[in-house]
Amino acid sequence: MSNLLTISPSPHVHTGDSVNKIMYRVIIALLPALAWSVAVFGLDALRVAAVAVASCVAVEYLLQRFILRQHPTVSDGSAALTGLLLAFNVPSSLPWWMLVIAAVIAIGVAKVSFGGLGNNPFNPALVGRVFLLISFPVAMTTWPSPHTADIDAATSATPLGLLKEGLHRGKALSELMPDLPSHLNLLTGQTGGSLGEISAALLLLGFAYLLIRKVITWHIPVFVLGTIFIFQGILWECNPVRFADPLFHILTGGAMLGAIFMATDMVTSPMSHRGQLLFGVGIGIITVLIRNFGAYPEGISFAILIMNGFTPLINTYVKPKRFGEKK
Amino acid sequence: MLKTFTKGGVHPPENKLSAARAIETAALPTSVFIPLGQHIGAPATPTVKKGDRVKVGSKIGQPAGFVSAGIHSSVSGVVSKLDAAPDSSGYPKPGIFIDVEGDEWEEDIDRTDTLISDFNIDGPAIIAKISNAGIVGMGGATFPTHVKLAPPPNSKAEILLINGVECEPYLTADHRLMLEKSRETVVGIRLLMCALGVTKAAVGIENNKPDAIAAMRKAATDGIEIVPLKVKYPQGGEKQLIKAVTGREVPSGALPIAVGAVVSNVGTAFAVYEAVQKNKPLIERIVTVTGKSLAQPSNFRTRIGTPLSALIVAAGGMPSNTGKIVCGGPMMGRAIASAEMPVTKGTSGILLLDADESTRPQTLNCIRCARCVEACPMSLEPYLLTAVSEKQLWERAENENIMDCIECGSCSFTCPAARPLLDYIRLGKATVGSIIRNRKK
Amino acid sequence: MKRLTALILTFGTCASLYAQDGDAKSFNIDGFIYTVAALSAIGVLCAVILYFVAQKFKVYEDPRIDAVEGVLPGANCGGCGCAGCRAFAETCVKKGDLSTLQCPVGGNAVMSQIADILGVKAATASPRVAVVRCNGSCTARPRTNRYDGAASCAIEAALYGGDTACQYGCLGHGDCVTACLFNAISINPDTGLPEVDDDACTACGACVKACPKRLIELRKKAPKNRKIYVACRNSDKGATARKACNVACIGCSKCLKACPHEAITVENFLAYIDSDKCKLCRKCVTECSTNSIRELNFPPRKVAVSDAATTPEKTAETVTDTI
Repeated sequence: MSNLLTISPSPHVHTGDSVNKIMYRVIIALLPALAWSVAVFGLDALRVAAVAVASCVAVEYLLQRFILRQHPTVSDGSAALTGLLLAFNVPSSLPWWMLVIAAVIAIGVAKVSFGGLGNNPFNPALVGRVFLLISFPVAMTTWPSPHTADIDAATSATPLGLLKEGLHRGKALSELMPDLPSHLNLLTGQTGGSLGEISAALLLLGFAYLLIRKVITWHIPVFVLGTIFIFQGILWECNPVRFADPLFHILTGGAMLGAIFMATDMVTSPMSHRGQLLFGVGIGIITVLIRNFGAYPEGISFAILIMNGFTPLINTYVKPKRFGEKK
Repeated sequence: MLKTFTKGGVHPPENKLSAARAIETAALPTSVFIPLGQHIGAPATPTVKKGDRVKVGSKIGQPAGFVSAGIHSSVSGVVSKLDAAPDSSGYPKPGIFIDVEGDEWEEDIDRTDTLISDFNIDGPAIIAKISNAGIVGMGGATFPTHVKLAPPPNSKAEILLINGVECEPYLTADHRLMLEKSRETVVGIRLLMCALGVTKAAVGIENNKPDAIAAMRKAATDGIEIVPLKVKYPQGGEKQLIKAVTGREVPSGALPIAVGAVVSNVGTAFAVYEAVQKNKPLIERIVTVTGKSLAQPSNFRTRIGTPLSALIVAAGGMPSNTGKIVCGGPMMGRAIASAEMPVTKGTSGILLLDADESTRPQTLNCIRCARCVEACPMSLEPYLLTAVSEKQLWERAENENIMDCIECGSCSFTCPAARPLLDYIRLGKATVGSIIRNRKK
Repeated sequence: MKRLTALILTFGTCASLYAQDGDAKSFNIDGFIYTVAALSAIGVLCAVILYFVAQKFKVYEDPRIDAVEGVLPGANCGGCGCAGCRAFAETCVKKGDLSTLQCPVGGNAVMSQIADILGVKAATASPRVAVVRCNGSCTARPRTNRYDGAASCAIEAALYGGDTACQYGCLGHGDCVTACLFNAISINPDTGLPEVDDDACTACGACVKACPKRLIELRKKAPKNRKIYVACRNSDKGATARKACNVACIGCSKCLKACPHEAITVENFLAYIDSDKCKLCRKCVTECSTNSIRELNFPPRKVAVSDAATTPEKTAETVTDTI
């Protein structure tokens, strides 16, 4: 009796889209930026990415297989994506064992212990990254110089690092500007920094791909970058000597990477567009505050983690405008 | 820019396989089973008994209450028994079995194809004729039409909306009807307008049926506007259609009449034409028989009570790889356990899905991608409604507007984790609905 | 409140010490004293405010409610009809009469304790146990279609009659298992049917409400968990029922005639044994032609009846499906 008719409630058709497809599409969207970082930082970049991906996948598999005794779900691609995003957020010179530690924290602590994919309150890759940043501040802020730039030094600071350092020493912005990469260089990625954050253009290309494949919607990236632009613009307008221009801020550092790939992490971002607006604006404001007034030169990972914490609250209180809602 | 509704919606593959096939008249079955409850409301009371001789169009069931509809014999022959048999709900329902003998019609029914476009009859008389003919909403909801045409006293209809959207994939019954019977349908629309006392009507047709739009435009008379709509599911939902055509939003919990609209299906309009102008009760309907592996996806004009299996045979026979039989379209239709069920007033189509199409993908964890929220045409949060229904938090479900769900299935359709969202929402809706009803008592 | 104040003080002191240590290298005694004094003052102030607020909003509660709640099992199962044990305790104290109240979990023992607290008499109810009235295992009741929806009996039942030809039978998704707070029901993987652990079952009735097919009944508990019941709810005509399931009750009424205690009724082609009238004489069991009457936890029969009625390995402990 193998040919029994199937009965199920409607609907009887499905889009055919799946969690795996979503994860692999995001990975595809990250590949151009990865390729560029290999071009810029050499095979070191590839090494970091490979170690991060492999250790994230391994940690998830081992935990599920031997500790939780569940059916491992590594094939859904989410662990690989976490690994890749983790690699994008660290300098290419990072030793391999730090990446393994970060993978254990990201997957073990931030994801599997909460119940695996879909149940983690915080973005695992960012938890791993922030853990490293706090535990190994020197290794995490020693940036190899890009091969493509004509700089002799083996290491160089990130544009945001240079900016913060310079302003801290009391220099005016106009004195610093010549040392900072131009907007065009920021867009194309001729600058020091983490693996994946250097080329804004290629990240935007990935964004375009994700939009076309309908993996994410435009809302969160636009809200985040828009808020950074507007808020920084206001500061710049008030005091151009103290604050850098807004375009510089959205092109540099992790702004693009964070807004397009980290803040849009489905699990940890709000469900409704109104909620996403609140979430994006929150990230933008916190980022600008940390960058301009905080101790760290870059703040988007902290901003995203902080807003991740607000996501359940936002989901509870910010609802979509219902059809036929009574006023 | 074509009109459509603003919130949510999905684009399932259209698969209108039978769109080019003209309506054929299905062969008379040898016996029929006519269920007494083919509509929303109380099942009809049988007025015949075993051994009675009936003609085509004879009344065999009397409406049992206001929200109910009469049942007519669709064939001539002898009542073989009054018994219960499974209908598409999967539970046995009472009905009348008739063995077919010949094809003898009641005398006052006009069986010709001649168009009778003029009428000289007032609203109440039209409603009486509709009620007498047992007409119900033919789009699938099967709400008795005469009840819909009698709005509550404190409300006034302004516009009649005719649903020619047919947003369900695969189905082409309404499409073919609008194409082949456009003038009759327009007369039906005029009759409905007269019954409601409105001067405006709009026919919403999705843009994937340009030939039907053209045919209806050609046939349309004063006061009837044909509105092409952008293709998007579930545009055929009453509230979505009103929003798309008029821009008005029916308030939560209210009926369309709250914004002055009454919505009827094109199939209903055609049935009204036949009932009023031809004295023909609702004994036939157009049924699409379709499926990717079916030899000849077709549109049949068939008698109510015909077994679905007979239509499947007429369309080339049941493919060997059939895994699921769906009564209706793939988004909202019901899967049935056997093809021996009868065509009823609400059967718009029979869809045969292949075995590999009929099993749902494996369910995974919710990744909170918010696609269900994006897809929901009522702007609800399906992931949340599912979670609270699963945990039986009925009060929370009610506060999250679970009763607004129109069960269109867009959420389950779109979920990448293939979660059974609508399954649980439907359960929650049923439970919350009964809680609300008990509270009112 | 004292503890709270102490906590605030300790915390404040530690915090101030830490702050001092962190910022300046030398230990500043003045700053330390100020900090401790200021924080202590805040603590005292808070304590005073809390005290007056607590006085202001104090609600008198019958102390017997706490006492009654103390003897209740604390399962919050709702089997008594109240929203949890606290609500039941309130109801008991408010009513002052226990004749209509019963905690199915605690049973007569708990009720008599409550009666002692309240100084009234408790009604004794005969203990009950949940019984699943379907025996249509995978072999007895062949599948007629394949269900592919969410794994919930309620959802499947709302959709259609089920994946067998019997629309009354168990669907096997375990809504009753989920509903049971005492882990007393589990699905037997061999039969696909739920089984009740009689000793763990408290007769709270949660499973009875959870089953959309109304298969579970709370029946009178007999010594040694013996029971005889019609394990079928199929009220179709005999032929239809039998076609759907080998062990369906076909309503032949043979058991009705066999019963000397008038415990059996037959309605809609379905027999029912009233557990309050049944004396467990086992006469009906052998009469049943479809084996739909089950006897459980009985010793093996002494006399072999008709065909393959007795299986030699029957013991008092084994579940004896009468064949």
